[in-house]
Formats: sequence, structure tokens, C-alpha cells
Amino acid sequence: MAGAGGGGCPAGGNDLQWCFSQVKGAVDEDVAEADVISTVEFSHSGDLLATGDKGGRVVIFQREQENKSRPHSRGEYNVYSTFQSHEPEFDYLKSLEIEEKINKIRWLPQQGAARFLLSTNDKTIKLWKISERDKRAEGYNLKDEDGRLRDPLRITALRVPILKPMDLMVEASPRRVFANAHTYHINSISVNSDHETYLSADDLRINLWHLEITDRSFNIVDIKPANMEELTEVITAAEFHPHQCNVLVYSSSKGTIRLCDMRSSALCDRHSKFFEEPEDPSSRSFFSEIISSVSDVKFSHSGRYMMTRDYLSVKVWDLNMESRPVETHQVHEYLRSKLCSLYENDCIFDKFECCWNGSDSAIMTGSYNNFFRMFDRTTWRDVTLEASRENSKPRASLKPRRVCAGGKRKKDEVSVDSLDFSKKILHTAWHPVENIIAVAATNNLYIFQDKAN
Amino acid sequence: MSQKQEDENPAEETGEEKQDTQEKEGMLPERAEEAKLKAKYPSLGQKPGGSDFLMKRLQKGQKYFDSGDYNMAKAKMKNKQLPSAGPDKNLVTGDHIPTPQDLPQRKSSLVTSKLAGGQVE
Repeated sequence: MAGAGGGGCPAGGNDLQWCFSQVKGAVDEDVAEADVISTVEFSHSGDLLATGDKGGRVVIFQREQENKSRPHSRGEYNVYSTFQSHEPEFDYLKSLEIEEKINKIRWLPQQGAARFLLSTNDKTIKLWKISERDKRAEGYNLKDEDGRLRDPLRITALRVPILKPMDLMVEASPRRVFANAHTYHINSISVNSDHETYLSADDLRINLWHLEITDRSFNIVDIKPANMEELTEVITAAEFHPHQCNVLVYSSSKGTIRLCDMRSSALCDRHSKFFEEPEDPSSRSFFSEIISSVSDVKFSHSGRYMMTRDYLSVKVWDLNMESRPVETHQVHEYLRSKLCSLYENDCIFDKFECCWNGSDSAIMTGSYNNFFRMFDRTTWRDVTLEASRENSKPRASLKPRRVCAGGKRKKDEVSVDSLDFSKKILHTAWHPVENIIAVAATNNLYIFQDKAN
Repeated sequence: MSQKQEDENPAEETGEEKQDTQEKEGMLPERAEEAKLKAKYPSLGQKPGGSDFLMKRLQKGQKYFDSGDYNMAKAKMKNKQLPSAGPDKNLVTGDHIPTPQDLPQRKSSLVTSKLAGGQVE
């Protein structure tokens, strides 16, 4: 199974040709730790794109309206708002440093003019409101235009302040802080389809919150053993079903996925469905469990399927079949013969995410060397693309990349030994409707679009 | 390479057979890698991905600093050399007395993200 590229055909459904659109971030060789992007998420309509970084900052980009006078800025994403979401903390009681790194951002469905998102670090979830202000009141009675208080004795008449237009200002304000509910590190948050509740999951527990209530949270899953010596697995990711508000799934470090129904009991320790691919015992090795650990789980938009990412592959599961996945896509199988060094440099523990396109016909996930992979589920083609500054001319087509696992390296192929394992693409996002993707390559955010767009 | 677990093309190998062959081919590299690792670290535990590894994951972020320990250690240093202070990757802090120099600096204030500045392409 040498080579990881499919036939040189583009993947993503309907013969897509991916092109460079934009890149955000500095070109520095020396990347500051704080600038490493740790999460990327499109809003439900796709007009906003949020990123979180290790420095606890959130940057939101907005898609420009199509503009006849500037035809080249065909739906470009530009900065809309940026704010410091989380700050570093130190828990003195437990001697724990709490990183400000944003682990996940999830948008709430839009209900009014303002936009809401949840952002979380290891311990605390915050609800942020992002609102626009384009009017300002003028003609106050008690203060003059500079804001200085007027002498009350000098005020002889009353006037009604009038609203005047002003330059658009986008403000972000924290509306809720959901704290102190997690002993372990939060890895996932997921907004429920009821638009009222959401879940937060850490290594051992999953909590259910109401968006309006911060002083109370319900524990719905608890896998902490009575004796910690007996600990064999941890929760790695969790998500609510997109349509059924009573259903959630969570994945484990042992490569299993449990589906829970909140109607069956208050504490969902007993799963309703248990998804696990049977393992051939003769093929077991020291690495088996580690590489089977699921780093991400995502429901399809349809709600019929879910996708899991483990170290070497992406699997699509039919919710109606627990015994095995319906599809397995190899991401970088050539790494199997490098597991020893990947264990030594800790890369084997990297947590890659995965995502669906809007119609569920294609899936995408990241790899090393700033490569990312796309699999078309209808044509069964896959492609490897690269996020690099060298290929960043506007509307330049992305050329499929190929990795040579062994033997003779063909021209244009990259050999496994020359892959840069520090250039990992862990976070990717696909626009909910269109063929636009956002790929986080360390401290840079790349946006690619389909040529036809 | 992707695989479908159902029978798609009866003319070729069935899905399962194909999977078997591939697993066997994949076996040798993985086992070879395991042998390499055990050769380098013979004391590596019998339970791969078991308790030790998980406990380490749960304890991420734990820093210990005890001013009493620190001062006692400083006093002892006058008499004998302490083992070199390097960050201890093991669970237990053991003999290593953390010093303020070991603990990473608290990050100072807030700079705007570079994603928000700079040219739009």
C-alpha cells in the first residue's frame, strides 16, 4: 500500500478543483506558542469563521458580500472581531496551571442580530455575544459630546438625544461564564439541537448545561472508576446528535464509541449503542490501543452517520450498525512503519480532527507536512493537498501531493522520511453549504475554494 | 486507500480478503516497530496505553512548588550537590524539588493575534 494519493483526480464531489483563496497569519520562521491555532469553526450559515489559539484569543472573520465593484474579492473572509477569550490561570489549591488555550469553539444558531459562540479552555466555558453597533446617541443632557459631565446648574433646557450613524463597531462581550464543573480537561463542547442546552466533556465526565444557567450543571456521563488504579480508558470527544436532542455520542481512547439516550435515565453511564470494530487478536501490538484512540467524532449533517478519526484512518459508521464501520479511509498508512519514532517524539498522541462537507458526500482530515486529505464518498476518490505559502498565488490550483512509502521515489513525490512532523494540520473546517475550506497550519489559516465558486 | 466493508466488485478480491492481506502486510511493520521500541526501552510496561499513560494524561498541567521544600533543598545544597534539575517526565515528582526557575514564566499581557492584523490576500 505504497503511496497515499489516489489517482490524480480531485476529490470532493463533482470534479472539484481546489484553489488557494487566502492565508492569514504571520510568515515568521519563529512561531510564538500563543499564535498556534487550536480550533477553527464556521458558523451555521458560513458567513462567519472563528479561530481560537493557544494564547486564548478568538479571531472571527466575516465573508465579504459579493461586490460588483470589487469582483476579485469574491466572498473573501476578512477580520470581523477579535478578543481575548481566556487568560492563563493557576489553581493554587491543586497546583495546576490552567492553560488559556482555546480547545473548542462552537457557534450557536443565529436567532437575532447578534451572534453567539461558546469557547472553552481546559476548565471554563464562556458564552460570547458578538454584536454590531452602527448608531450612536448624541445630545445627552448631563454630559457634553466629549463625555465630560456638564455642570447641572448650567442646564436650563431638556432635549431628547438623537441617534446618528457611526462607523461600524463590532463588540464582543462575555455573557455567561460556565466554570468549576470539570475536574479534568475539557476536550469537547456541543450545542444541542434544542438550542437551549449544550454538553461539555472532559477526560472522565460529560456535563449538561442550560445556556442561561451558570451555577448549575448536570452530570450525564461519569466513567471515573472508584479506584483510579483501574482506569483503562478516557473520553476523547463528544457530540450531540444534529436533530435528536436526546441523543449524544462519546468516543474513547480505546477506539470505541458509545451512543447515549438521555431519555432512558438521568445518568447515561449505560450506553444505548456501542460501536467498536472487532480487532484481530493476532495483529495486536504495543501500539494497537494508542493508534485506535479516537481523536474526533462528528455526526453527518443528515444525522444518519457519524465519522471517527483515529491515528491512521477515518471511519464512517452507520448509526444503525454497531458491529463495524461502513467505510474506512486510510489517511497516512505509510506511518505504520514509523510508529516507534512517532511514539518517541509524541506525535503518535496528536489529535487530528475531521469534518464533513455540507452534503455529507465528502470528508476531510489533516496529516503531517502540512498535508491534508479529502475523501469523496460517492466517487470513492481521495486526494492529498498541501497548505503552503509556496502555493499561495490568488486562485492558484492546488496540485495533488503524493507520499512515497518506500522503494523508488518518483519525481514530485515526497518520501516518508522527509515529512516534517512539526507541520501538523490538526484542525480543518468545511463551509456548511459551499465548497470552501479553512485549514489551520500551525499559526497560519488557509482558506481554499472550489474554482467554480 | 479506502475500503468499503461490503461486497462491491465480485470480480476482484472480496472486501474481507483484501482487508486480511493488507493487515498482514501492515502487521510486519507494526511489530517491527514494537520490537524497535522494546529494544530501546526494555523497561517499558506490560500494559501499553494502560494506566500509566492515562494517569499522565489526566495530570497534565500539574506543577508542584513548595516553598518549604525549596528552602530546605537550598540549605542542603551547601553540603552536597542535588541531582541536576531537569523537568521530570514521570508522574511522581520524587526527589526532584521544583524551583521557580523550573516553572514556566506566567505569560504576561495580551497582544492582538497576528491573524487579526496584516495584509488580506
